[in-house]
Amino acid sequence: MVIETSGLSKSFRGFTAVDRVDLAVEEGHVHALVGPNGAGKTTLFNLLTGFLKPTAGRVSMAGHDITGSPPERIARLGVARSFQITNLFEHLTLQQHVELALLGTTKLGHRFWVSDRVLTKFHDRAGELLDEVGLAKLRDVPAGTLAYGQKRALELALALALDPKVLLLDEPTAGMGLEDVERTVELVKRVRTGRTVVLVEHNMSVVAGLADRVTVLQFGRILVEGTYDEVRNDSRVIEAYLGGESAA
Amino acid sequence: MTVMVVRKLAGLPLLWRVLAVVGGLLVALALPWYIYPPVAMDIVAWALFAVALDLLLGFTGLLSFGHAAFWGSAAYTAGTIAIETGLPFPVAVLGGSVVAMVLAVPIALLAVRRTGIYFAMVTLAFAQMVYFVANQWSGVTGGENGLQGIPKELFGLDLSDPFYFYYAGLPIALVGLLIAWRVVHSPFGRVLVAIRENPARSRSLGFPVDRYKVMIFVISAGLSGLAGGLYAISHGFASLQEVYWTTSGKVVIMTVLGGIGTLWGSVIGAAVIVQVEDYVATSGINIGPLEITGPGLITGLIFVGVVLLFRRGVWGTVAHLLRRRRSVPDAEPHLSGTTAPAVEQEPAVAPKS
Ligand SMILES: Nc1ncnc2c1ncn2[C@@H]1O[C@H](COP(=O)(O)OP(=O)(O)OP(=O)(O)O)[C@@H](O)[C@H]1O
Ligand SMILES: [Mg+2]
Repeated sequence: MVIETSGLSKSFRGFTAVDRVDLAVEEGHVHALVGPNGAGKTTLFNLLTGFLKPTAGRVSMAGHDITGSPPERIARLGVARSFQITNLFEHLTLQQHVELALLGTTKLGHRFWVSDRVLTKFHDRAGELLDEVGLAKLRDVPAGTLAYGQKRALELALALALDPKVLLLDEPTAGMGLEDVERTVELVKRVRTGRTVVLVEHNMSVVAGLADRVTVLQFGRILVEGTYDEVRNDSRVIEAYLGGESAA
Repeated sequence: MTVMVVRKLAGLPLLWRVLAVVGGLLVALALPWYIYPPVAMDIVAWALFAVALDLLLGFTGLLSFGHAAFWGSAAYTAGTIAIETGLPFPVAVLGGSVVAMVLAVPIALLAVRRTGIYFAMVTLAFAQMVYFVANQWSGVTGGENGLQGIPKELFGLDLSDPFYFYYAGLPIALVGLLIAWRVVHSPFGRVLVAIRENPARSRSLGFPVDRYKVMIFVISAGLSGLAGGLYAISHGFASLQEVYWTTSGKVVIMTVLGGIGTLWGSVIGAAVIVQVEDYVATSGINIGPLEITGPGLITGLIFVGVVLLFRRGVWGTVAHLLRRRRSVPDAEPHLSGTTAPAVEQEPAVAPKS
């Protein structure tokens, strides 16, 4: 198992957002996390990437116990994530974004005594990555001017720049038009080789097209886990979604 | 190939930069011909101090309100070395800088756990402790009297004339400015800007944000120390004023006045404030008791005026206007096909422990 959690819990002032989750993600899988709004999917991601510390339980990632490790150390273990709420450097250009992400995989970042011209060696690779997510034409534009779906694509490029073993994508297709959704699905299919992907996704056709396993979360707990077909026909899942919708 | 040509043309700001550097050097060399030389030396020392602060405030987004600790401890150290050992003054200044950096390490380790106003408060608290120690430890610092009679030794040259001392001291400040420039235009400098813009995202790209902040804090303290040591040698004394909180405030004012995140702005801010204070102090303008009003009041008024008129500071505003005129044509065409940016919330990221 590449990712394993045991009894993982997170409470915010008495409210339990993630509740005793035992998640196991197999190496090489695309593993989808689904569930109604507020089910705790993003909180679970934050626990896996060190942005939140668990109230209880443990997380191991690629054989390392990373419970309580800071985000930068987890990133350096080969775990990259994209954020649901787009989280970029508004004033930096797309090119600078990807160069920065590539810089993050090296030890060059500490060198305050050399010229930043050494970053030109990332120039071509950054261009390729932007091309892969369909943003090559916008490389010199500040990220703040992008449309929402384009920002999602840039998030993806940043995650890929780290050349991660584990890729955690929080709603990568949210806000994208049909064509971009398709391109993103194709992209995930291409980059998944040699990697493990965990995907939070509301779009069920995306889940159907990509996921080997699906875990359904509700009220912070694992409700059901199985293949897409198993999960889709499970009465508890149908109820959870209907219940979730009528409450919304 | 055409891409290369376009890039070259887009790199034309390089020409401006070279002109600015050459112009700046000429002004620096000519300064003591036009300005009373001790004041010229003050401008140079404060300029380096303000640039050092800008590395934190402008390039990393950290407001230190305790930089007097580094300027002042270096002033005392440089003074003591010069008096006790009689070594050439650049060695004494360097010694001051090293002590400032050593002092900065524990302060940085504790301060970087906080951000915003809390960071400012932690740095201020430490600087007040340094002030307290300097006041008590009068055997070394001279207490209220300060450290007097600091010699300007340099291989037996006679530097008692401030005009000549200026040219002996200027290279030290220039080296300091060069270091600041190198740091800003390095891979490290890129990461600093990323940290300023979005620390949480920087961490998820694998950058240990706190370690970067400690590093730049220590570099900034070292440059502040160079400036403080130079100042003490130039004046021939170091007083409690050097570690007092108003010194921390004054350098913040200079940096903000000139425009943060620009380096040049800090230099201009320092030149303006030092000259205004010198003018007020020597012209006999007197609005009530000097400790309350005097130079400080005028400085404060100018500061408020500039901040209200130009949000980016003097240099920041000029640079912005120039950049806007240049970059409108090359940034705009790419924007077709994008819709208005979505309104973003703050990333939902927990505070680090
Ligand atoms: N920092 C926080 N402080 C307090 N409550 C929080 C915090 N973060 C999340 N929550 C709460 O935890 C619950 C789970 O939130 P989370 O964002 O993980 O849901 P989600 O499954 O990602 O939902 P969505 O599909 O809308 O993205 C929600 O009720 C949310 O309000
Ligand atoms: Mg979510």
